[in-house]
Amino acid sequence: MAELNVVLSNPEQGSTREQELIAQVQRGKTELFYELVRPYERRVYAAALAILRNETDAEDVAQEAMLKALANIRQFRAESRFSTWLIQITVNEALMRRRRERTRMTEAIEDNRDEEGEYTPRDFADWREIPSEALERKEVRQKLAEALASLDRKYREVFVLRDMEQLNIQETAEALGISVASVKTRLLRARLMLRDLLAGGWEQGWFSRLPFEKGTKPW
Amino acid sequence: MVVNCEKVWKEISNYIEGDVDIGLRTSMDDHFRACKKCTSVLRGTRNVMQLYSDERMIEVPAGFGRRLERRLVQGARVRRRAWSSWSTWLVPVAALALIAGGLRWANSLTGAHPLRSEHAQAGRNIPPDMPVVVSEGAKEFHVAGCEFIHNKDKVRTLTAKEAIREGYVPCVRCMRKYLQTASIPHAFEALEANSGGTVGVED
Repeated sequence: MAELNVVLSNPEQGSTREQELIAQVQRGKTELFYELVRPYERRVYAAALAILRNETDAEDVAQEAMLKALANIRQFRAESRFSTWLIQITVNEALMRRRRERTRMTEAIEDNRDEEGEYTPRDFADWREIPSEALERKEVRQKLAEALASLDRKYREVFVLRDMEQLNIQETAEALGISVASVKTRLLRARLMLRDLLAGGWEQGWFSRLPFEKGTKPW
Repeated sequence: MVVNCEKVWKEISNYIEGDVDIGLRTSMDDHFRACKKCTSVLRGTRNVMQLYSDERMIEVPAGFGRRLERRLVQGARVRRRAWSSWSTWLVPVAALALIAGGLRWANSLTGAHPLRSEHAQAGRNIPPDMPVVVSEGAKEFHVAGCEFIHNKDKVRTLTAKEAIREGYVPCVRCMRKYLQTASIPHAFEALEANSGGTVGVED
């Protein structure tokens, strides 16, 4: 993963400005489109990366998706969130790219079925919450990214769309073309597996240098 | 309702989403108060969600925004150019189509083709059902056997009314008795007015 280089603005902020920009771009001021999508460019990239797992492909698909959004900007309706619309276009582009690549590479189709058995979370003696301030540290972000990347594709995609991209359950299901029940099942497992991975990281010393307050007790 | 740990683990994600009914929520709350492990799982899961929802977790390659902007600017330019080149020929083509459509519509009102000869004279009192002949590539209609019929191998017979409608003009030789010095458009007006009697301009 490359170095973090921009602090994101809250996508929900400036919604009036966003509506103005959308209206202007829809009227033909296409030169304003980048200003409109800039707050979401990182989320768009993350959505593409979650599906493609390749930074070069993810960037290319993110760009393609934004061009597609520009071409179809008149179809955007104010009743949906602009960020959700962008991410859905991106997910669609990424899924199409993956399908094409898979056909070209004649790879075996991945198992897309949900696990039948129930997941039992591990019990950890030495696990503490990781404060969000810890994300300032690159090695922490790196470990979290690695944990996410280690998840099976079907869990990773649902987790990224729901918990990172903030799509709701229904939108996640529609974007990925799976049922709401599947989203819920996969989301549960993704969250529990990540919890276990991060908790296990304590035992492996991933977060041993974090500056926790004295007296913080393990759970 | 009492819930065990397995049930809690199964529902913990829905619990965090607020997607459990009030009865189950109350039972799970009771369970968390009593079960250290499940509380640990709940807090750990919430911690995971909180960390990964942080925008700092989304990292992009250096220069990503700059490259995206460049590509979008190019894309916008291409779209404008495409529209511009499209509109440069679309507008004249649309205008021509409108003009052509208008002419066709105007002709449909008179029911006649444009005259094949702009120098011809219109006839008068030509019996509309009189059989006349026209030939391929010619401008005039004739009575059968007229020696001035061109391209005699490719003649067809029709009524005078039909010939006039198709823009043919009367032969100055064989149709002489019907010729008068009248303006051609008037001949067509008369044709419309006189469809039951004779065609041509009335004196």
